[in-house]
Amino acid sequence: MQSESVIVPDNAWLAEVRNSSGENASLCYQCKTCSSGCPVAFAMDLLPHQIIHMIRMGLKDAVLKSSSIWLCVSCEACTTRCPNDIDVAKIIDALRMASTKSGLKLGEKKPSVFHDSVLSSIKKTGRLYELGMIGIYTLKSGDMVSNIKSGSLLEDAKVGWKMFKNGKLKLIPKRIKGRKEIKNLFKKLKRGESA
Amino acid sequence: MKVSYYPGCSLHSTGLEYGESTQEVCKILGIELNELSDWNCCGASSAHCTDEVLAIELATRNLVMAEEAGLDLVIPCAACFQRFKVAEKHITEGKEPAIKTPYQGKVPIKHLLDFLVEEENLKVIKEKIKKPLNGLKAVCYYGCLITRPPKVTDAKHYENPQAMDELLSLLGVEVYPWSYKTDCCGGSLMLSRPDIVAQLSGKLIQMAEDAGVDCVATACPLCQANLDTKQAAISKNLGREVRFPTFYFTELLGLALGSGEADKWLRRHIVDPRDLLKSKGLL
Repeated sequence: MQSESVIVPDNAWLAEVRNSSGENASLCYQCKTCSSGCPVAFAMDLLPHQIIHMIRMGLKDAVLKSSSIWLCVSCEACTTRCPNDIDVAKIIDALRMASTKSGLKLGEKKPSVFHDSVLSSIKKTGRLYELGMIGIYTLKSGDMVSNIKSGSLLEDAKVGWKMFKNGKLKLIPKRIKGRKEIKNLFKKLKRGESA
Repeated sequence: MKVSYYPGCSLHSTGLEYGESTQEVCKILGIELNELSDWNCCGASSAHCTDEVLAIELATRNLVMAEEAGLDLVIPCAACFQRFKVAEKHITEGKEPAIKTPYQGKVPIKHLLDFLVEEENLKVIKEKIKKPLNGLKAVCYYGCLITRPPKVTDAKHYENPQAMDELLSLLGVEVYPWSYKTDCCGGSLMLSRPDIVAQLSGKLIQMAEDAGVDCVATACPLCQANLDTKQAAISKNLGREVRFPTFYFTELLGLALGSGEADKWLRRHIVDPRDLLKSKGLL
C-alpha cells in the first residue's frame, strides 16, 4: 500500500548506484569525514554522509530530488579523505545523471542549466565560448529577471564590462577544425550509448 | 627544452593574463611551449556531471594529440589538468566503461606549477632572477584540483602542498603559512550560485587578511576569477570595502624574471594589484 505519508524504499537502488558509479556505498561506516570537510555543507539539504546512508536505505527519490547533489562543487575533499576509500564525488556525479534522467523536479535547477549551457557551447565549436555560454545560461536559468529584481545585474554588468574591456571576454568564438569529431562524441550521448 | 602545451579555454579568455604570463615566463626560461594544434575543451566541471564517457573522451582527444607529439604535456589550468589525469587513469587502469582510443597513457601530464619546480627548471629560474620580490607578503592558494584526489593527480603533498611556497620563496616573496591552501573557492557555482561562491571566496580572503599578507597567489584560472571578481559581493557580506589583490603565480614569476610585460597582465585584473606592487617598489 502506498500513500503520500508512506516511504517505499527501492531495495534495488544500492546495486544500481554501485553499477553506475562503480562505488560501494555499503563500505561507509558513517564517520562523517566527508560532511565535515565539505565546503558547501552549509548550503545543503542533505549532507554527503546522509546521502550515502540513504542510498543504502533505498531512499531514491528523496536523494534524487535533493539540492545537495547539484550544489556539490566536485572539490574532491570527501573522496580524498574517506577512510574506506569511497569515491563520494563520483557517486554524486552518478546521482546527478540519475536525477536528470529520472524526470523528477531537480532540487536545484541552476547548476544543471549551467552545465547544459557549457556543454552546448563545447558541442558547437569544440571549445567553451564564454559570452555565448553566459547568454544561453542567463536566458534559460531566468537569472536575467531575478538579477534585475535583486539589483545584482548592475554589479555583474560592471564586472562583465571590465572583463570585456580588458580583453577577457571574446566576441567571436574560436571554432576548432575537429568540430565534427566533437559533435560525434555528443551524438553518442544522445543515442544513449554512453553510460 | 620543449614541451606540449594545453592552455584550455580559460587561458584564452577569463584567464588571459595567466596564459600571457605563462608564455612569457617560459620564453625567458628557454622552455618552448608547443600548443596542441587543434585542442578541444576538456569538458571542465560540466561533462563529468553529465556523462562519464563524454567527459573522458573529450579529454582523451587531446591526449592522443599529445602522445603523437611525444613530449611532456604541461597544463596551467587545475581543472583541465585533473580531467586529463582522470582520463589517463581510467584508460591505463582499464576501468569500466571501456573507452575506444589509441591513447596508451605514455604522456607525462604535468600541472604548470609542478613542472616549473622540477629541479632543472628551478635551477634556471634561480639563475635568471633579476628583480627579487623582497617585501611582498603572500599566501599560496592551490585550490582543489591540482592535488585532489591524490590517487588521480599523483600529488604527494595533497593536504599541505609545497610547490608554490617553494617557488615564491625562491623569488624573495615572504610566504606565510595558512590553513586554507586547498579549501574550495566555490568553483563552477560562479554563475548559478554566486551567493555560495561569495561566501567561500570571502572566507579565503578574510583568512588571507588575518594571516597578515598583502596578497594571494593562485595557480588556477577559476580560483583567481572567483577571488578577483566577487569582491563587491564579499564587501556587501562583510559590511566593509574589500579590495584584496590576487595574482597568478606566473605573474609574480615574470615580474621577478624582469619581464617588461607585467603591467599588461596586471591591469586586466578586476582588483588592480599594481598599487600594491608600486608601494613596495616592485613595479
